[in-house]
Amino acid sequence: MLNEILPKSFKGVLLETWGIVNFSIRFFKEAFKPPYNLNEILKQFFKIGYKSLSLVGITGFIIGFVLALQAIPTLQPFGATSLIPSMIGLGIILEIGPVITGLICAGKIGSSIGAEIGSMKVTEQIDAMEVSACNPFNYLVITRVIATSLMIPLLIIYADTIALIGGYIALNVVSDVSLGLYFREVFDALKFSGIIGPVVKTFFFGFTIGIVGCYKGYIADKGTESVGIAANSSVVISSLMVIIWDMIAVQITNIIL
Amino acid sequence: MSLDYIINIENLKKSFGSTVILKDINLQLKKGETVVTLGKSGTGKSVTLKCIVGLISPDSGTLRILGKNIPELNYEQLLYIRKKIGFVFQSGALYDSMSVRENLMFPLIRNTDMNKNEIESKVEEVLNDVGLLDAINKMPSELSGGMKKRIGVARTIIMNPEIMLWDEPTTGLDPETTRDISHLIVRMQRKYNVTSIVVTHDMICAKIVANRIVVLKEGKYTESGTYDELEKSTDNFVRSFFEDVNNNEKEKLSNYERK
Repeated sequence: MLNEILPKSFKGVLLETWGIVNFSIRFFKEAFKPPYNLNEILKQFFKIGYKSLSLVGITGFIIGFVLALQAIPTLQPFGATSLIPSMIGLGIILEIGPVITGLICAGKIGSSIGAEIGSMKVTEQIDAMEVSACNPFNYLVITRVIATSLMIPLLIIYADTIALIGGYIALNVVSDVSLGLYFREVFDALKFSGIIGPVVKTFFFGFTIGIVGCYKGYIADKGTESVGIAANSSVVISSLMVIIWDMIAVQITNIIL
Repeated sequence: MSLDYIINIENLKKSFGSTVILKDINLQLKKGETVVTLGKSGTGKSVTLKCIVGLISPDSGTLRILGKNIPELNYEQLLYIRKKIGFVFQSGALYDSMSVRENLMFPLIRNTDMNKNEIESKVEEVLNDVGLLDAINKMPSELSGGMKKRIGVARTIIMNPEIMLWDEPTTGLDPETTRDISHLIVRMQRKYNVTSIVVTHDMICAKIVANRIVVLKEGKYTESGTYDELEKSTDNFVRSFFEDVNNNEKEKLSNYERK
């Protein structure tokens, strides 16, 4: 009955959601079982974290720089330029830094994981692991999801720091502010309780990007086209999920505080 | 009675959607026996192999491998039985991101208690068996198709399996490499006394490796016998495989001593 009423696209969304939820449940069931593949986790830390530093750093710097440049002419007529460091701090750390970095990571890391695992599926490498009694879920999925869950929050902290420096440089283009004063203004505007939400949500971003990339790769069909589909849909779904998690985090933070 | 067989398949059925692939598969293999499966593309030869190793669940039937009914096993039990089965994929299915050495070390590190030195010497031993010790530090992208298949074989035999499943081991290879791979299958069988099922369209390979040949047609094994017996078959479908072997190949094949 329900099957006939629901539109096909909506059924597709429900099935996809159910698939990702099931995949996540399997992750938590298997994450604590040996073997723990520490070498592979470290390798993924390097691939996901270190190899994203330049992209995330450049993006962070431009965000901070542009935010400050746009704020200066807007606030100057009101004589409120002294509020710019606080505005940059709040904007970058609470919202713009995590979301933009999350979206960039969804694009770079999500697509890379989706394509890598999808290609392994298509070329029967995952089947080869299965038949040689090497649980591929444990080796491929657990390691990558742990790496994204831990590295993406660190990348976001890194991007926030670079963005704040970018904001400071932009501010110094038009006025003269000392670094110490700038950062004191930035941190004075932040409350410890206020940054818990933005920090916690970054772990959800990381987990989601990893699990969606692995899931889409893992269910790739036979054929090279499905590798592209896996990479593409990993980016689309994880980007959407980053926005949804952000919205949920803001709502929860507002209710609690 | 059925425990005498290393592989005992009874009434195996498998469909994908409305397409029936396997209607009624029955096959028994004793220890050390090598059976070649012939059949047209898409008739379910590889599906049968994947059912044996638990990659595909059958719709019904019994698949008793080393005394265990595969469809009834949970994942941990399946992993345990898979340690005793080697599966050689058509493409070799080497792990792209690992060197040849790492490809071979991977199952040993995860499934055995061997120390690093023991693993290293085992890797060298099996690479020597397949004649590719020189390729130990190469990446899969640096290897030819035939070399990839040999490394695939090495990665499989390194676990000392009791059963070997070969999925079109000679497809896409030139006749010389086809013969090399076929002789490799025979050597592995003699050295390790494994029970093997070889899926192939290649009659050169079939003649060299088979103790028995079974023919898969319309989801069932319709014919069974030695190479010589099937060569004399009056069934047109069976004959079509032998007619594909041209006269030149027949002459060369007649020079091979069958087991």
